[in-house]
Amino acid sequence: MILEVNKLRKEVSSGDSKLVILDDVTFNLLEGQSLAITGPSGSGKSTLLGLLAGLDTATSGEIYLNRDALHELDEEQRALLRKEKVGFVFQSFELLPSLTALENVMLPSELKAEDEPEERAKYFLDRVGLKEREHHYPNQLSGGEQQRVAIARAFACSAKILFADEPTGNLDPKNGEMVSDLLFEVNAETDNALVIVTHDHDLADKCDKKINLKLGKIVE
Amino acid sequence: MKYWMIVKSGINRKKIRTFMTVFSIATAFLLFSLGRSVAVAFNSEVDFAGNDRLIVVSRLAFTESLPMAHKNRIEAVEGVSTVVWRQWFGGTYKERQNFFPKWPVPDNYFDVYPEWELSEGAQEAFSRNITGMIVGKDLADQFGWEIGDRIPIIADIWPKKGGGVWEFDLVGTYTNSISEEQGEAFINWKYFDEARLYETGRPGNYIVKIENPDQAESIAKEIDELFKNSLDETKTSTEEAFSRMFAEQIGNIGLIINSVLAASFFTILLLTGNTMSQAVRERTPELGALKAVGFTDRHIMLFVLAESFFLCIAGALIGVLIAYLLFPLFSGLAIGFSGEIEFSISILISAILVAFITAVISGVLPAYSAMRLNVVDALRKN
Repeated sequence: MILEVNKLRKEVSSGDSKLVILDDVTFNLLEGQSLAITGPSGSGKSTLLGLLAGLDTATSGEIYLNRDALHELDEEQRALLRKEKVGFVFQSFELLPSLTALENVMLPSELKAEDEPEERAKYFLDRVGLKEREHHYPNQLSGGEQQRVAIARAFACSAKILFADEPTGNLDPKNGEMVSDLLFEVNAETDNALVIVTHDHDLADKCDKKINLKLGKIVE
Repeated sequence: MKYWMIVKSGINRKKIRTFMTVFSIATAFLLFSLGRSVAVAFNSEVDFAGNDRLIVVSRLAFTESLPMAHKNRIEAVEGVSTVVWRQWFGGTYKERQNFFPKWPVPDNYFDVYPEWELSEGAQEAFSRNITGMIVGKDLADQFGWEIGDRIPIIADIWPKKGGGVWEFDLVGTYTNSISEEQGEAFINWKYFDEARLYETGRPGNYIVKIENPDQAESIAKEIDELFKNSLDETKTSTEEAFSRMFAEQIGNIGLIINSVLAASFFTILLLTGNTMSQAVRERTPELGALKAVGFTDRHIMLFVLAESFFLCIAGALIGVLIAYLLFPLFSGLAIGFSGEIEFSISILISAILVAFITAVISGVLPAYSAMRLNVVDALRKN
């Protein structure tokens, strides 16, 4: 089991009252499986992704990521866990603008002190079809190309699980489809699990499992 | 390498802003280096080493006059070869802005300044002509004076008996063979002392030529001992120290310079702090992404501090380098006020220390706020 979630609840304070963002969320995911989290805006999708990836802490409930009790870890330990086991693809790509595509892809691998980070980065850039653009800066790349660099970065760091928050949300339909195909293609070559938050039903349909959230609860 | 990539990314993000910030810091450190060199000169102890001329002034204040009788007693001190004297004349040539130092001096005054080369016949004419005046070559050129010209000086400190304007005859010029200083005027003591309204027979200070510069400190002490507990106690020092005393009539120069430098660094502190805060605000999603991929809070704090260090240290080094290159020109301008000033290694060390402190103070708050960023909130800032 790569991901096990039990009775997850997230509340936030709003003045004197408490707002429940997620309630009683329970599910699990096996190694190599993919999961789509869907639902309308404000349903708690991104909050759930943040909790699963160790970016935020739940009010109650349990999350086991690769058998590590994420809910018991402090921020420093969660950062270490993210470094070792988690890859990210963000809606807004989040590439460092002053680094080249190659440097951006190398960054998480270098942080993990992996062997030959440059070779790994070059391999994944080639895999996403950007070998010729490795020395280009993000502002010299189109949105679709930037997201492909972000995908290469997520895979280059040998993560166990990859989280993608609306990976096609900022792209036109053609580029969106190309990026989503690429995400599954490259993921198929690894035994990574993949968790995608998306509004895109086509993208969600490509996943092994789906969770539909409404007002913070799983409805299907 | 991995950490430098992130720091480099932050620095290169807004190249113009980085350049402007480094430029501002460099300007502050240029002022710091030049100002410190003068402040150090003003605040340093009197160094007697290598001085073969001493200046004797009143212990009360260097503007107080001394009795002429001191001359013979000073001359009797072992190791003293010549004693001459002078008095600050003040006065105005036509307009107040035409300022230059004017000193009534005895005939043999120039003997103690072998580096001054008098024009042909100047010494003899000065001895012979009671209203004679010798001026620096630059000064003569500045006002277009020629030998034989009559120079009127309006009195302020020293009115003439019977009133009226002082008039002197230009009998020669001097050039200085070891420095560019040739902007003073010397008038005949006999004329001045006889014609002035008061304080006849009292010079302002004595210049003492000694035989062995190694004995400067001990001779200075001996001269001051001679007049201890008298009505006219003395303070004997070097020409450099006298120049400093003269300049400090307007206040404590060292303190003034240090205060200006402190104010400029306070401004730089705010500027750098603001730049760093702005950089952190603009990069909030980026910093969130870095945290998401596994960089810890401590990493993020260090990246921001490293940027602050880069800006401050780069600015400091550039400023100090420019100051070093400009120093020969600057020391030439400042030498008349502070005496010999030096560009010492201590200036570089203190500049780096100040840069270090500036970087820490200006970077610590932005670094702390970057460290405390919530990843989810940071990523939502897009």
